Amino acid sequence: MAVPPLPDPLVPQVYRVDQVRRELSDTVTLELTPRSGSRPTFEAGQFNMLYVFGVGEVPISMSGDRANGAAFVHTVRDVGAVSGAITKLEVGATVGLRGPFGTNWPVAAAEGSDVVIVAGGLGLAPLRPAIYDILANRRRYGRVVILLGTRNPNDMLYRHELERWRQRLDVDIEVTVDHANPDWHGHVGVVPALIPRADFDPHDTVALVCGPEVMMRFTVSALRDAGVPADRIYLSMERNMKCAIGLCGHCQFGPTFVCKDGPVIRFDRIADIFAAREV
Amino acid sequence: MEGLERILREHAFFEGFSAEHSQLVSGCARNHLFNAGQYLFREGEPANEFFLIRHGRVALEIVAPGQTPIVIATVGEGETVGASWLVPPYRWTFDARAVELTRAIGIDATCLRGKCETDHHLGYEMMKRFLPILVKRLHATRLQILDVYGKR
Amino acid sequence: MEHPAVKGTRAVITCDGLQALVDGLAARGYQVLGPTVRDGAIVYDAIARVHDLPAGWTDRQEAGRYYLERRDDGALFGFAVGPQSWKRFLHPPIETIWTSHKSEDGITFTTEERTPPKYAFIGVRACEIHAIAIQDRVFCKGPYPDVAYEMRRRDVFIVAVNCGQAGGTCFCVSMQTGPKADSGFDLALTELLDDGNHDFLVEVGSEAGAELLQRVPQRPASDAQLAAAEAVIERTASRMGRRLETDGIKELLQSNLNHPRWDEVAERCLSCGNCTMVCPTCFCTTIEDHSDLAGASAERVRKWDSCFTMDFSFIHSGSVRKTARSRYRQWMTHKLASWIDQFGTSGCVGCGRCITWCPVGIDITAEAAAIRAAPYALKGEQHGGS
Repeated sequence: MAVPPLPDPLVPQVYRVDQVRRELSDTVTLELTPRSGSRPTFEAGQFNMLYVFGVGEVPISMSGDRANGAAFVHTVRDVGAVSGAITKLEVGATVGLRGPFGTNWPVAAAEGSDVVIVAGGLGLAPLRPAIYDILANRRRYGRVVILLGTRNPNDMLYRHELERWRQRLDVDIEVTVDHANPDWHGHVGVVPALIPRADFDPHDTVALVCGPEVMMRFTVSALRDAGVPADRIYLSMERNMKCAIGLCGHCQFGPTFVCKDGPVIRFDRIADIFAAREV
Repeated sequence: MEGLERILREHAFFEGFSAEHSQLVSGCARNHLFNAGQYLFREGEPANEFFLIRHGRVALEIVAPGQTPIVIATVGEGETVGASWLVPPYRWTFDARAVELTRAIGIDATCLRGKCETDHHLGYEMMKRFLPILVKRLHATRLQILDVYGKR
Repeated sequence: MEHPAVKGTRAVITCDGLQALVDGLAARGYQVLGPTVRDGAIVYDAIARVHDLPAGWTDRQEAGRYYLERRDDGALFGFAVGPQSWKRFLHPPIETIWTSHKSEDGITFTTEERTPPKYAFIGVRACEIHAIAIQDRVFCKGPYPDVAYEMRRRDVFIVAVNCGQAGGTCFCVSMQTGPKADSGFDLALTELLDDGNHDFLVEVGSEAGAELLQRVPQRPASDAQLAAAEAVIERTASRMGRRLETDGIKELLQSNLNHPRWDEVAERCLSCGNCTMVCPTCFCTTIEDHSDLAGASAERVRKWDSCFTMDFSFIHSGSVRKTARSRYRQWMTHKLASWIDQFGTSGCVGCGRCITWCPVGIDITAEAAAIRAAPYALKGEQHGGS
């Protein structure tokens, strides 16, 4: 049976915006379906390059459920010209899409171990596909802990989903905020502080971490202090991307090309430069 | 008092505390029960007690006129509330409010400070436990100030 | 010839023979490119006649200095390398990737049918052959090969030249990339000038080279000529302008990210990016999206870029590498250290261009030597020992 040739990774495929959901004041979730054919499969942790006609292109992680849905789901925050334009798209608009690119969260490799997922702010978006995968096969894992840090309770992403997951008896979810008003009855403090109190076996745990780099640095410290080995901690890194296929050189972090050796990177591989300035 | 001493030694703060020192400290201790919404102390009041949280959650809060109070940190089970009792002029710098039903041990500050003056070994054991807590809080606070989730 | 030449076979040709080679390539549809003198430098351009080559010219290169000087002989290849490298043909400075049109029905993307040119490069130095091989690894060996590069690269005919003149900033011996071309060519020439004779020892490197050489008037190489060619190469090798100690250089640079030398070079570096433009292995590009004023069509263009620009490492919160210090460190550490992790070899071929064309004369070999001379002590060792 003839296999259709893979599309040229440099040329966008045309996708239609099927759904727009406003998550926060500056963040939307889009569902994108291809104008023809079906969307490619993807792994949790991968990203697409989204192109807005006449504006530009940015890398956005997948946030959807791999097992469900014909669309690519992308949660986008307005932080620049292109992402801003994306957050203003309406249903029916067309965009260009290249991908999926990049490495994935070790969802399969983590089977048999405890899993600690630590998300900071928008970092929950690239982790959500991994959470879906894990919960869909819950019995293959030990304890599953989700720790979320965010600015304040109003900035919490996917709140309804978090509450639904919390209702499960087989997942521990703890949320902390940087500050809150008295309506908030949860933790106020930083995400790393949640780690010593979380219930997992550091000697048999895989940790998946995503968020602002400062938050990831302190979280990794706390995980290491708790006894999780460096080769069982995975981060999702972010750097300037242009080609997304390892040829333009922009996304380099030391020897690592974040677009093809990442964005999901095992911590021990970057431990020596992770805290270095301006690398 | 014996029951209180046992409860004290079970709290994470006093891990590794000698029997002799535990007895000294429990002499300054008493039990507390705070209902949700009740204040442990308020900004400006004399800081004459420090609290070991046995169960529940306490919010540290600051209020400015015309604004909703801002919760800057929460403290939970196994942790301590209060540092100003150690440092003159011994006045609380924040409000502390029980978020939910909270059981705590309160240790009288004057009593404890006196005993530490008399028995410097006790004083050093207290400091050794207290300082790491303060350093961790300082680090966390610094991270919070960075507003890492905010937009640049 | 009585029998077809095979790889490694050598013969001797004259300047007329060289002309026959060039003619033969043109007849086979190649765009023949070689060194020419233009604007006070030796640059690669189209050549048709042997006298288009820089006969009787040599180059004087030092840190931050380049000028041409007349030789006292008529050597056609009596110089080192100019500001350009062959990368400007294989990895062009500007390329349109696609065009896009917007209509009521949405947007469409179009790519142009590519007809790759057929290049013949005359006068490729050993270091340049290595540079091309290095870029082959970058563009062809990753998970997404650069198809356009592969097409341009596939049909290139390479006539190498073994250097008879070491440049003032050359250090190919240190990088083990020359001065002799060992492989990667179709034909390799060594220019032999003596007592009124102007010949070229030709070595066959491929079947295509053998086939072309067959049609060129030639004579067998005498032992004296073979010895003369060896002597040329040995003399060049002994007159390198620079040295770079490569032993353990990867670990040296990767463990000295906070060396004070980076601050020192940052005071001199202008972040002009000349080094990246002239370097034969630097490959970074940027993507630019242009649209017309009516908003109906757009195009994406790929252009050479440099890690020295402020924007290179920009993410939403700002540039990761804001300081000249971090950008110079990035370039040098990538070239000499990270490249080895990424592609299995050094990224540097010792051509010396970055030294020559740096407006302030920063010398990569001197910077490496300075760090090696005093590797940054670990904090513990600095504070009075253990």
